[in-house]
Amino acid sequence: MTSSTAIGSGGHDALRFYLTKTVQFIAVLATTLFGLVAVTFFIGRVVPIDPVIAIVGDRASPQVYERVRQELGLDLPLLQQFWIYLKKAATGDFGNSVLTTNPVMTDIANVFPATLELATLGTLIGVVFGIPLGILAAVKRGSLIDQFVRLLGLVGYSVPIFWLGLMGLLLFYAKLDWVAGPGRLDVTYSYLYTPVTNIVLLDTAMQGQWDAFWDALWHIILPASLLGYFSLAYISRMTRSFMLNELAQEYVIAARVKGLSEMRVIWRHALRNAAVPLVTVIALSYANLLEGSVLTETVFAWPGLGQYITNSLQNADMNAVLGGTLVIGATFVVLNLVSDLLYRLLDPRTR
Amino acid sequence: MAGAPPFPQPSGLQAWLLSAEPNSRWQARLGRGYLGWRSFTKNPLAVLGLAIVILLVLVAAFADFIAPYSPIVGGDLRTERLLPPSETYWLGTDDQARDIFSRIIYGSRITLFVVILVSIIATPVGLLVGTVSGYLGGWVDTVLMRITDIFLAFPRLVLALAFVAALGPGIENAVIAIAITSWPPYARIARAETLMIRNSDFIAAVKLQGASTPRIIMGHVVPLCVSSLIVRVTLDMAGIILTAAGLGFLGLGAQPPMPEWGAMVATGRNYLIDQWWVAAMPGIAIFVVSLGFNLLGDGLRDVLDPKAAK
Repeated sequence: MTSSTAIGSGGHDALRFYLTKTVQFIAVLATTLFGLVAVTFFIGRVVPIDPVIAIVGDRASPQVYERVRQELGLDLPLLQQFWIYLKKAATGDFGNSVLTTNPVMTDIANVFPATLELATLGTLIGVVFGIPLGILAAVKRGSLIDQFVRLLGLVGYSVPIFWLGLMGLLLFYAKLDWVAGPGRLDVTYSYLYTPVTNIVLLDTAMQGQWDAFWDALWHIILPASLLGYFSLAYISRMTRSFMLNELAQEYVIAARVKGLSEMRVIWRHALRNAAVPLVTVIALSYANLLEGSVLTETVFAWPGLGQYITNSLQNADMNAVLGGTLVIGATFVVLNLVSDLLYRLLDPRTR
Repeated sequence: MAGAPPFPQPSGLQAWLLSAEPNSRWQARLGRGYLGWRSFTKNPLAVLGLAIVILLVLVAAFADFIAPYSPIVGGDLRTERLLPPSETYWLGTDDQARDIFSRIIYGSRITLFVVILVSIIATPVGLLVGTVSGYLGGWVDTVLMRITDIFLAFPRLVLALAFVAALGPGIENAVIAIAITSWPPYARIARAETLMIRNSDFIAAVKLQGASTPRIIMGHVVPLCVSSLIVRVTLDMAGIILTAAGLGFLGLGAQPPMPEWGAMVATGRNYLIDQWWVAAMPGIAIFVVSLGFNLLGDGLRDVLDPKAAK
């Protein structure tokens, strides 16, 4: 990050600071998005699969082949192709999926809520359990719980997520029957509600279909816990290190000398300061879950963006793959920038 | 690491290594290595990590002698398919009646191949981009760092997926894809180190002696960036293994019948409920090896880069 400091005094400086920051923010966003499009375009061009054959099949006559080639604009110079791709990308047009024949963006809009639902619940689990665990580990440094948090982190960084998902299915679904199997909802419930937001938990709850709601919860709990575990491993580790950092500061000693209770020192004083970097960590963890969802969705047959990408991959549907990659990349970029911005907003010292 | 003598050897070699007045550059280097090794061995987890990594290398090197069966050719399809772990088949057999233990043993070669190749490709690229960008500054820095940021903006597995989709599935393409997604963090670290080194007096002295820019970068900046980069690459190896296994699991990495661990888990998925060992065993192998690299990386960080340790 380039650091620009607003030196001087006066009321306009703060405004100017936010203006320059906003301009910078937009510039970074624009160049990065441009880069993402360029990378996906490049990937699309080196692809050895002939996109024309993917559409017309290998038995088409040369005339048909040539016509489709021209329709796709593949006879144009590369730079011109890129310009067209860029213009289309700016309007959200990534062509049609060969597999579903729908526009890629329509497909993605249909499947994205499922991924969002999973990642949000996963992050929620990570925050609810990770932050208290991290605080406990920092307060009782070297204790059993500290070791436990360390172990959670170590395992989280080392275990293949798809394998853990399969083992979870084996244990909690096949052997213990505590949770439902793969999928998002039982077929019996899938017509009981009308998809509005495409987030099943929300739709069923708003329409009062409580049986369907419980079934959806029954289905989501295992994949969400799986993602939640990875989020928890990361969040608890970071919380621990932020809290250790804060607890060593002088203001904590001052608060203790004043005679404040330990609870108050930890929760009101130290945590409030540790919360600022934690916001960025939570945003980053949310972005990471998007990546984790690719494998998790494949394991759990969860009809989200990750499964859409892998399905398209297996069918050499490059438009869909690149569109999906771009959407995940863009979400990632925006989340990163938002976390950066939040950090600056919440912490006056960075201004 | 330097050759370590057994501990109860008070004088002689140890004294020579720990000498405060080394007679040669070699002695000084070995002495430093010895000190590093001593502080490394104080951390039992790091030693465990090293042991796992050494075991991986040994297993890969001597797979022919260790594996009791062929990893590719199976046994009798009528009687030896999907057998549970037993004395004959330690970890059971898979759907092609192949011994899972033997396949895991041979699979270590693929894992090692991926890890070594990715680090050989990605580390120099990251090092070069980072040092050049940090040392030259100006528009070169801006352009190179923007490119780095763009690659950092993609989640690793997703970008690797897109590349493999374009290049076609296969272990070599998976390696290329992972390498393409691996270098940006290295470039970031090398740049940060370079920015600290750039303005030091010894660089000014070298410059006054008339050294060219490439010479300063290659001869004086790069060597100083290496140790923090080694730590990062080692810590990254678990991530590389997991990404490769993920690609294999999706059928985009090593192709059958290669005994790639991720692909083996994918096969086991079809028999998960009744023949759990087919999926479970290779996953344990992935987990243990990643754990080994993580522990080793943590230990190395404490020794080589104490200020990064928290």
